[in-house]
Amino acid sequence: MKKILSLALLATVAVVGAAEARDQIRVVGSSTVFPFSTAVAETFGKTSGFKTPVVESTGSGGGLKLFCAGVGPEHPDITNASRRIKESEVELCAKNGVKEITEVKIGFDGIVFANSKATAEVDLSLKDIFLALAKEVPVDGKLVANPYKTWKDVNPALPATKIEVLGPPPTSGTRDAFVELAMEGGAKQIEMLADLRESDKKAFRAVAHSIREDGHYIEAGENDNLIVQKLEANPDAFGVFGYSFLDQNSDKIQGSAIGGVTPTFENIAGGDYKISRSMFFYVKKAHVGTIPGIKEFVGEFTSEDAFGEFGYLTDKGLIPLPEEERAKVRDEAVSMQSLTM
Amino acid sequence: MTDQAINESGSESVRSSTVSDDAFRGRLKRRHAADRRFRLIGLGAILVALTMLGIILVSIVGKGYTAFVATEIMLTVDLDRSVIDPKGTGDPAVIGAASYGKLIRDAMMAAFPEVKERRKLRSLFGLVSGEASHEIRQYVLDNPDAIGTRQAFWFPADDNIDMLVKGHIDRKSAEGDRKVSNDEIAWVEQLEASGAVRTVFNSRFFSSGDSREPEIAGVWGAVVGSFFMLVVTLLLSFPIAVMTAVYLEEFAPKNRWTDLIEVNINNLAAVPSIVFGLLGLAVFLNVMHLPRSAPIVGGLTLALMTLPTIVIAARAALGAVPPSIRQAALGMGASPMQTVLHHVLPLAMPGILTGTILGMARALGETAPLLMIGMVAFIVDIPSGVMDPATALPVQIYLWADSPERAFVEKTSGAIMVLLGFLIFMNAIAVLLRKRFERRW
Repeated sequence: MKKILSLALLATVAVVGAAEARDQIRVVGSSTVFPFSTAVAETFGKTSGFKTPVVESTGSGGGLKLFCAGVGPEHPDITNASRRIKESEVELCAKNGVKEITEVKIGFDGIVFANSKATAEVDLSLKDIFLALAKEVPVDGKLVANPYKTWKDVNPALPATKIEVLGPPPTSGTRDAFVELAMEGGAKQIEMLADLRESDKKAFRAVAHSIREDGHYIEAGENDNLIVQKLEANPDAFGVFGYSFLDQNSDKIQGSAIGGVTPTFENIAGGDYKISRSMFFYVKKAHVGTIPGIKEFVGEFTSEDAFGEFGYLTDKGLIPLPEEERAKVRDEAVSMQSLTM
Repeated sequence: MTDQAINESGSESVRSSTVSDDAFRGRLKRRHAADRRFRLIGLGAILVALTMLGIILVSIVGKGYTAFVATEIMLTVDLDRSVIDPKGTGDPAVIGAASYGKLIRDAMMAAFPEVKERRKLRSLFGLVSGEASHEIRQYVLDNPDAIGTRQAFWFPADDNIDMLVKGHIDRKSAEGDRKVSNDEIAWVEQLEASGAVRTVFNSRFFSSGDSREPEIAGVWGAVVGSFFMLVVTLLLSFPIAVMTAVYLEEFAPKNRWTDLIEVNINNLAAVPSIVFGLLGLAVFLNVMHLPRSAPIVGGLTLALMTLPTIVIAARAALGAVPPSIRQAALGMGASPMQTVLHHVLPLAMPGILTGTILGMARALGETAPLLMIGMVAFIVDIPSGVMDPATALPVQIYLWADSPERAFVEKTSGAIMVLLGFLIFMNAIAVLLRKRFERRW
């Protein structure tokens, strides 16, 4: 029995010893940044002579949680995020010894409001989107449960089809960004809610951030391909997802214009298309030097061949930063400048 | 013959004399009708199940069979010495660092001398996969004598061109509606006319790891990952489960404790797999500090999941061995251990193995627990041991299903077919074991 126990102990020690030494970068984080991060990882593995980094898709929040758990080879080196790191997360990081973080902004992602090519393209305003999807809307100066059943009810210029929108669930970063940019943007355009925003910010947020739950907004899960397939099958429905899926399926679906601006590469890059957000990744500086290749990986990600205007990431649907900003991001990334909030 | 006729008419007369003939016939008819309905409902249920299965299989095979072929484009490449090894050193380090992309681009320009504009050249170079330059590099490193010669190579086509050639992109649709431009279609048609486009068996799909480029993505990394994981699972769960079953069935006294253990084992078999994933995360990663994404952690977690399944199957198999075998062995002077090891266990083995294979088949198809321990990840390198980062077949299917590129649709279905193939193979072995070796008393 003693022999078995000591053997087991030896095996555990050997296993832990193997876990200590890691010669491979580990990346976690947002599923929106995943397609770009993996493309860079693959190119990096093929050209740099380092091992191909392992990229996990855990969501922005989940990634930051893992990232901030501590310093050491069992914790990831880089996390991707489709939103900026929150102050609370920086504090959590600091509490666990992750004091120095480098922030790298990689580009933009547009969130599109799309439908099947079998039906006509529509032009929506943010206000239309808010009125069609909010849980409570102001009618005659009072907040009531959303009474609108068809797009025509919302805006007489729109077709008389049933409001049916397939979108991501609340756990998704795409949903956060959509609510913040589209819903809140629309709510601000309504006088009564704009007044409410002045007087009671919390109450305004509660109204602007609540999506209706009476079957007109359908949570379609995190799989954007599934939403595309459902849009194809149901020409009256709209879907909410990232630009790269519109780009890849441009033969089947079309993006609605928002305030007269269609979601095209140029419009999102130029900032004319309103529902777009920045994407980031964060590097743990304490791991630079202990895990081989981190600096080189950051260099590859911020090279003109990757995140530049004609880089391979644009083929995957990334909307690049403007040229001057790219140069600045590259300088700060390569010199591993620490994040300050 | 006549006897029978008499008998029948005789019974007929007896019946009519005792019960009302019409009421009897009516009831009989109703009972027969109910019987027929029952059978029809059963048949209907089978038909519904078969239709569903048929729809699933047809949609998977219909979408996925093209994943097993790949489009290739032939290019005549000038292995120019001034590009590869200008000083004629013959040093592999020099040869390996040369710009092979330039050779491909030169070959493309030679094939289409009329294309001059920069933007068009870009899309022309995009006809072949980016993998082409890696292939040339490997070829030149393996055959340094070929430097300076002109050779024809078949390169994998870009994923969009692959989709076009396979007919998944409609050439007649409006240009803005597809990922392939009119120019690209014209070039492909020119290549097709000169016989420089072919579709071949996609061996890369079975030999390479994951990739972000659909044309070079393969399932081999996931297959190897699944294999390592199942080896760990089997090595751990089989001996523990069989020993548990043997002890409980053959040696344990029947009391409240063994009853409690039995109830718990049965309950464990029904616990959702994600719970085991959380357990794996808490114990193997957070306490034992095993590496994330490693098959050993996946195997340990899945072993926990399959243990109860194998224990239950093994106990049933041991219980089916008649007591007379044990009594005979004990009567001949065998010790209880000898009785079990020499007689009971060998006789129960086919049943135990069947249960084990079915448990392993379930473990092979599992994704939820792997999510928690970091095996749902993009991993390019083929794992070479149980400590290397790896992914598993069902995870690979999930990751591809979530990728935006159109060409991953057929890869997804192709990977599903590979997984189904393994599952059918394992189940077939289980059936074979049962048919060939199981004894009935």
